[in-house]
Amino acid sequence: MSDANDDVLLRVSGLRTWYPIKQGLLRKTTGYVQAATDVGFTIAPGETLALVGESGCGKSTVGRSILRLENPQEGEVFFEGRDLLALDEEALRAARQRVQIVFQDPMASLDPRMRIRDQIAEGMHSFGIGADDAERGERVARLLERVQLDPAAMDRYPHEFSGGQRQRICIARALAVEPRLIVCDESVSALDVSIQAQILNLLRELQDELGLSYLFITHDLSVVKYLAHQVAVMYLGKIVEQGPTERIFASPAHPYTQGLLAAIPSIDPDRRGGAPPVLGDVPSPSDPPAGCHFHTRCPRVMDRCRREVPSLVPVEGGASRCFLSSEDPPENH
Amino acid sequence: MSAVLEVRDLRTAFPSSGGPVPVVDGVSFDLNRGEVLALVGESGSGKSMTALSAMRLVPKPGRVVSGSVRLDGTELLDLPVTEMRRVRGARMAMIFQEPMTCLNPVVRVGEQVIEAIQLHEDVSKAEARARTRELFVEVGIPDPEARLDAFPHQLSGGLKQRVMIAMALSTRPEILIADEPTTALDVTVQAQILALLRDLQRDRDAAILLITHDLGIVNELADRVAVMYAGRLVEVAERRALLSDPRHPYTQGLLRSIPALARPGEALPEIPGVVPSPDQWPAGCRFATRCPKRIDRCDTDFPEETAPAEGRRVWCHVHDGEGA
Amino acid sequence: MMGIEAYVWSNAMTGLLLVGMLWAARVVRGNRLWREAASELWRRRRLAILVVGLYLGIGVADSIAWVGGIPEDAVGVLPNAPLSIIDRLFLDTREASYSAPLASVEFYGGKPLRHPGSHLLGTDILGRDVLYMVFKGARVALLIGGLTSLIAIPLALFFGVSAGYFGGRVDDVVFFLISTLAAIPGLLLLIALIMVMGRSTVSVCIALAVTGWVGFCRLSRAETLKLRELDYVQAARALGVSEARIIFRHILPNLAHLIVITFVLTFSGLVLSEATLSWLGIGVDGSWGQMIDGARDELSRSPIVWWNIGAAGTALFGLILAVNAVGDAIRDVLDPRTMRGSE
Repeated sequence: MSDANDDVLLRVSGLRTWYPIKQGLLRKTTGYVQAATDVGFTIAPGETLALVGESGCGKSTVGRSILRLENPQEGEVFFEGRDLLALDEEALRAARQRVQIVFQDPMASLDPRMRIRDQIAEGMHSFGIGADDAERGERVARLLERVQLDPAAMDRYPHEFSGGQRQRICIARALAVEPRLIVCDESVSALDVSIQAQILNLLRELQDELGLSYLFITHDLSVVKYLAHQVAVMYLGKIVEQGPTERIFASPAHPYTQGLLAAIPSIDPDRRGGAPPVLGDVPSPSDPPAGCHFHTRCPRVMDRCRREVPSLVPVEGGASRCFLSSEDPPENH
Repeated sequence: MSAVLEVRDLRTAFPSSGGPVPVVDGVSFDLNRGEVLALVGESGSGKSMTALSAMRLVPKPGRVVSGSVRLDGTELLDLPVTEMRRVRGARMAMIFQEPMTCLNPVVRVGEQVIEAIQLHEDVSKAEARARTRELFVEVGIPDPEARLDAFPHQLSGGLKQRVMIAMALSTRPEILIADEPTTALDVTVQAQILALLRDLQRDRDAAILLITHDLGIVNELADRVAVMYAGRLVEVAERRALLSDPRHPYTQGLLRSIPALARPGEALPEIPGVVPSPDQWPAGCRFATRCPKRIDRCDTDFPEETAPAEGRRVWCHVHDGEGA
Repeated sequence: MMGIEAYVWSNAMTGLLLVGMLWAARVVRGNRLWREAASELWRRRRLAILVVGLYLGIGVADSIAWVGGIPEDAVGVLPNAPLSIIDRLFLDTREASYSAPLASVEFYGGKPLRHPGSHLLGTDILGRDVLYMVFKGARVALLIGGLTSLIAIPLALFFGVSAGYFGGRVDDVVFFLISTLAAIPGLLLLIALIMVMGRSTVSVCIALAVTGWVGFCRLSRAETLKLRELDYVQAARALGVSEARIIFRHILPNLAHLIVITFVLTFSGLVLSEATLSWLGIGVDGSWGQMIDGARDELSRSPIVWWNIGAAGTALFGLILAVNAVGDAIRDVLDPRTMRGSE
């Protein structure tokens, strides 16, 4: 992808966020949780990139690092032409208006003691949107309608709403400051399947209407298929495969992606009971395996994988971090 | 097939300032020997509470109000507490959703399984330990001898769940109740646990009551499926029949809203509205407010149970044989 | 009886207190969460709340004083001395010395009393009506509990929230401060402070505050640490809200229930601490603790003089029991889980 500002909204490169493990009385650093290493991707305006992986892969860390809710050690996050990681406090606060986040847990995402109206309007205060209380109230009402809630909800408290409704409120809160990119950190994972569908449809509509981009973080690949244009798969802090959604689902290049797709239980009544594609457990991100991080569980592991660290190599429409991809072209599976 | 567990008209309620709130409102089903029955529903459907009611583990202040639960002929709801304790663990075992909270963090895992065995059977410590080791092998725990002495925090989520399964199977129970056993696990680990449960069930010819909200898991493990909504059953059918030809509009809606089936470019079919809370249950069918096939009668009359085909039960005024 | 100028202070403070309570009542009425909590509390602990209210009423009555309006020949009263409502109720009830409850003669000697049969709880060594002394002690107890908390709680909040929210060096400094204070035996520090500051109600309150704020500081620090990581605080940061605003709009309101609970539950501990100080001779004049301390001699007399300590002890017991009952109920009612409704 070219770096012209028109077709790239967000460009992340070389992102590294490691958490020091402090032990002992003097709190010496004995090691690091390697939450995210060498992460890079781009998102175009109006596009959704899904960041997919299981627990410990670092996807949430990446999402939060982009907003500087975490502090990366290395890397660049170019948003609208400026590196967010290099900004000072003042400039960062201003830049935050354009990048918002919707969290996973609808219970913890809203302050239980503030009315809905105040919570949605809070961002407006920070960025000077809306001249006075009355106008802000109007905007809150419009926002609630846009997320398909009754505007009368604004005088109520979070505990009066269900999980799905609370997520709608969180989306309204994010929209209140007119962002261009929304990071959805497992935003539908805690919802029932039937409610999930409602929220996914809402996100799609908002994207079409407002030209929003999403960084959609999830562990659920079936959700990805519906919403995402591009997919990046993470394992133990590194991106292992990247590409357009159709290609990833149709012919995944990396063995982990293949395993992930095969592990999803099918609802096709004629297909059941295969052997589990990936064995073993996810290693701890504080002590990742040497060489290729995935080699301990890979069904196609080679000797080389135990010793050398693979880098991202281009494959059709994307990239893959696997020696098999650099040696031979991806096969159809 | 004979029924090893017979539930009839089970009702469980929680007290509240406005009167008792029923969370399980007249549920009846059979669990047959050697079969896996999946109890499916979303949050608020009452599926977990149904299982807890059968085990008489309903958290206070809730209680089972009426109904019957017969395990191989014995009425469980009438048993004195000491008797029930003997049944729990020995004849009916349960594995839960969060293995982290179900294992005592300060006791080694082998010890916890040994304790479970010795609680119900008169065996020596050495015998119990040997059996535990065999169980660990059976549930696929690598390096079982060493793992006997591990503490829970040293094990991953998948391994902890395997330990829970070993503990549940240690007394060779007649029924295993699995309450969302893989929801807290990663997808690749989930696939392993599902395969394990499938193998164990086949090898031991066990009866499993599987509680889940995930229809994919239902397809992988279940023989028969019972769908619950707002405290009651809405459809019961054999797995293949339910997935390929659902009769109740709620089941149809659920299947349609699974994102995996979405066609790119189209909106995802959704079930509008939310599950009504117990104080808002209408007089008629509880799904009526969200049902695309609703007719006038649905608002006033609760649908009776009908049997449109062999082995199928549906509670709907409108289904009359329509497909998905 | 109060000093000449102190009564003005006392009136002003009482006025302020009443205004404060009206303001609190308005806030509670305006906020549905608190309103529901308040009515739930009333439903559960009606008796205890009324008892506390009774003590409060008596204390307030003893705090409103003015000069004049007393008959010329009143016994034992300085002219132009400010007298509170309670003082006026018990005007001219002095006897010569001890008398038993509802007696008509003196305890030792049997001389007839000036007001036979009207001393409900008898009289003490100076002939003062014991019921009157108990009433006066109510004000002292409420003052100890209230003023001390008024000093200690903001102090604890300031350090605790700062330490919890900002972490790092700020946390280290506060931690050092707390640990040092906690390492000094509380009672000794208390005595030392009172010796230095002199024996007055205010100095006792300050001393109690200084030795008592550490507990709540730790609690608010721990709670702030937890709140800081919650999604809605993160969301506020992402929305560009300034740190100060986050603390005042998100952290503090979610600590409010802890503040109320801490205040009510430490109240009784403070009153009891003062009783200990009185026993050591450095408490506040006119407190129940002092009455109990004075009873040391009385209990060894023959026949025994029991009504002084009995009255003070019962009054103390009653207040502490009622406050604890209300405090427990407040803790249940304000538990964030119940305040969140039907979760």
